[in-house]
Amino acid sequence: MSDTDGRRWHDMGGMPAGPIPMEGHDFALWEKRVDALMVLCGNKGFLSVDGLRRALEDMGEDTFEKYSYYERWIASINQNLIEAGLYTLEELGTRMAEVQARGPTYGEANNG
Amino acid sequence: MPHDHHDHDNLSPSGHPFRPDNDEPLTYWQTMEIALREILVEKGHLAQADITAQIDAMDARNPSHGAAVVARAWVDPDFKAQLLADASTASRDMGFDIGPMHLVAVANTDTIHNLIVCTLCSCYPRNLLGLPPDWYKTRAYRSRAVSEPRAVLREFGLNLPDTTTLRVHDSTADMRYIVLPARPAGTDDLSQGELAELVTRDSMIGVGLPRQP
Amino acid sequence: MAEHVRIKAIYPPGHVRAPYYLRGKTGVIERDLGNFANPEQLAYRHKADPKPLYRVRFTMAEVWGDNAENPADTIDAEVYDHWLERV
Repeated sequence: MSDTDGRRWHDMGGMPAGPIPMEGHDFALWEKRVDALMVLCGNKGFLSVDGLRRALEDMGEDTFEKYSYYERWIASINQNLIEAGLYTLEELGTRMAEVQARGPTYGEANNG
Repeated sequence: MPHDHHDHDNLSPSGHPFRPDNDEPLTYWQTMEIALREILVEKGHLAQADITAQIDAMDARNPSHGAAVVARAWVDPDFKAQLLADASTASRDMGFDIGPMHLVAVANTDTIHNLIVCTLCSCYPRNLLGLPPDWYKTRAYRSRAVSEPRAVLREFGLNLPDTTTLRVHDSTADMRYIVLPARPAGTDDLSQGELAELVTRDSMIGVGLPRQP
Repeated sequence: MAEHVRIKAIYPPGHVRAPYYLRGKTGVIERDLGNFANPEQLAYRHKADPKPLYRVRFTMAEVWGDNAENPADTIDAEVYDHWLERV
């Protein structure tokens, strides 16, 4: 048996945590593209920022620890666009295989 | 062209180290980004030019925009009043394209210090200041900024006197927040442009103070 | 006259914007922000009703009790009307 107090993992205000990690990074091109896709898909009404957050929250805490910020975002954008019916999973999977076959780096795979 | 990943003096314009990009092995998520973007463009849902334009627009946003707003509020009492009443309109009136963002400015005084956080996700006044620093999105900052904000500020090198009231602002819904720091002493002779140089990103989040001249 | 409100101490699953640490806590309305589309509907791709949104100010003493760093410091959060009870 297990129980919960109803608190969800992302709702972390006041939880114990360690020192603030101060190191930062400059955003990679692919991360900027993810950011732009979120904004543009929002402007077009394909998704809402609330839908983006909902899918991120539903991915769970392990995802938060395991994947980077924009990795989680592209997963959430995809979830929302699938739900919106903009394309099918078969279309996405087929295209991902094509992209992967183009080359071993982001730069090469992007030049389709 | 590979970056030099090991030269820590070689910082990007945003003050962060350059990071690996096109020359690293392709990941599952990068593959998804390329595929998803191509499908949206091919189906006519988005134009590639719109994506490029949006990246350029986001790249153009940076803390100097907020610094210009702050410096004007320091020298122009009418503008300061407008900023505190409606920071979105005040920012747009200065020519900054902040999109649909609802911005609230909160003013530091001799007795009040303000601090911004988003405990539920990572809401940030990105359409004025650009994308948030990585620490702003961490579990540590999001968790502790509401329950032990003074300890958090000490980690940023800011020791707040007990006589100062700290107001923490949790961006839980539709507003975004910017701190209007107090104008540093000894700056009476500085121009608005020189004042803007003193305004740091961290001072507009509330984890720092403006530079001293 | 400050209007006192309490965040409802309810714990549904799903996408809500009332933080857990403020549920059941009492604060005062700092300002009325107007109506905004309900995120609890938007998140699930539903047509969203406009909901009044307020900024509510809590003291650290109210939220954290004896653990507060400085009892008179405050936390402001935006809370939708349907999460508030007048007290």
